[in-house]
Amino acid sequence: MTAHPLPQDRAPMRGYPDHWERYSLRERIVQWIWLGGIAIAAAWSVSALDIEWAFFADAHEQAADLIARMWPPRWSYLPRIVQPLIETLHIATLGTMIAIVFALPVAFLAARNTTYNQATWLLGRAMLVLSRSINTVIWGLVFVAIFGPGPVAGICAVAARSVGFIAKLVAEAIEEVDAGQIEAVESTGASTLQVYGVAILPQILPVLIGTSIYRWDINVRESSVLGFVGAGGIGLLLYASINQFAWSQAIVILIAILGIVIISEALSAYVRSRIV
Amino acid sequence: MTTAAASYPSRWRAPSIFGSPGRRLAFWALVCAYLVWSLSTLNVDTARILAGLPRAWTILARMVPPDFGRWELLLTGMVESVQIAIAATIIGAVLSIPIGIAAAANLSPRPLYLAARAFIVTGRTFHEVIIAIFFVKLFGFGPVAGLLTLAFSSAIFLGKMLAEDIENMKPGPVEAIRATGASFGQTFFYAVVPQVLVKTLGVLIYRLDSNLRHSTVIGIVGAGGIGQTLSASFSRYDFDFASAILLTIAAMVAFGEWFSDWARRRLR
Repeated sequence: MTAHPLPQDRAPMRGYPDHWERYSLRERIVQWIWLGGIAIAAAWSVSALDIEWAFFADAHEQAADLIARMWPPRWSYLPRIVQPLIETLHIATLGTMIAIVFALPVAFLAARNTTYNQATWLLGRAMLVLSRSINTVIWGLVFVAIFGPGPVAGICAVAARSVGFIAKLVAEAIEEVDAGQIEAVESTGASTLQVYGVAILPQILPVLIGTSIYRWDINVRESSVLGFVGAGGIGLLLYASINQFAWSQAIVILIAILGIVIISEALSAYVRSRIV
Repeated sequence: MTTAAASYPSRWRAPSIFGSPGRRLAFWALVCAYLVWSLSTLNVDTARILAGLPRAWTILARMVPPDFGRWELLLTGMVESVQIAIAATIIGAVLSIPIGIAAAANLSPRPLYLAARAFIVTGRTFHEVIIAIFFVKLFGFGPVAGLLTLAFSSAIFLGKMLAEDIENMKPGPVEAIRATGASFGQTFFYAVVPQVLVKTLGVLIYRLDSNLRHSTVIGIVGAGGIGQTLSASFSRYDFDFASAILLTIAAMVAFGEWFSDWARRRLR
């Protein structure tokens, strides 16, 4: 056996704490201030919402009632929803296609290294913010007011929201392109358009395609509710079924939406894994 | 020497991403076929669209200048949206903890794991507006339905992210704490929480930002917030008030995104 003294046999060092603590006093105070702030924010939010707690008392009965009305699903309704489901997919796909066309120039404006001056950069950024901050359904409201109800309003709504999403990610990719290739093409005397097409576009293409496919998969989900504001697709039938209390019909539509959303998500994940 | 040079193409073309010209042609043919098929089945009324274009101009003209005259109504709606977003994020965060633990393959037993994953997949599929209709049916019109909708979808989203973080954590600290004979709760607090806390806080802030966006739409089906006011102003053709609301939403969402970026940078 060795004769080395074990650490606890030694006299404790002066000022050394005798038990372990993860945070210092200062860190604890900061943590408590954060927690207090969150608690105050929560209390303010919940109390100001005028919650009618009585509604919670019978919510479980209401839910049970709803499920009882939904079951069994009325499968005979299925053939009626095939056409609107296809329309939903068309809205998502055509909207995404239009968005890709518009997203490229916006992305070039919004990227620091391809924009012309401060004013065009700000214009590009403003387009990104405006497009992204307004939800697809709200864009749907706007386009229904303009074009009247129908899938065209839906396609425009999907495109309007997707332009900002795709352009933002593409603009980030443009800012990170390899400058060497741009200089090489520029030194051959190429025009600006040729530089964009030959030196930049091939570098950002994987990001553009990947982002567009990802957005398409989000758009399938979004276009399932565009019908609520009259912008076409399956949402119209879902809203009508719920308003008519045709719950056994609504559940068929919900299962169908579940199906196409899961399929589109799987497809999108598969294609993106092949590209990147 | 000169014979070899003759076989070089005189013009250079960038290599295609499709591999071969045949595949590129097939791709574009497919796109065209799709366009023809989709546009023919949509039965788009061209005459109505053309009639809509001058109307679009009228509506746009009536949107400018935005009318901030009824700012009190606007403010009430916005504050309600913000409150729904904050409360929903906090409630969702609390609910996401059990969901996250149950959906982490390395912490929960197999049947519980599968049930939690199925719950997450189903919940994520439906758009917030669809979930909102159900809560409106259960709890009546108003912000409560909105609050519960966003709390529900936040719990699922945060739970999924938490589960993935837990699955990716280092097993060493967990084994070390377990080896001391710690209970499940002690293992969770001393080995799991420190590893996932910073990332989870980042996701939480991101979700607060997206809840702010979602809280502006759920009002369209009657679940409270500014969306209700916006939808009403559109159906009453109050386009100048509608554009004021749209600009306010855009400003608030832009602010939320900036705050979220700032806070997440600070965390790192």
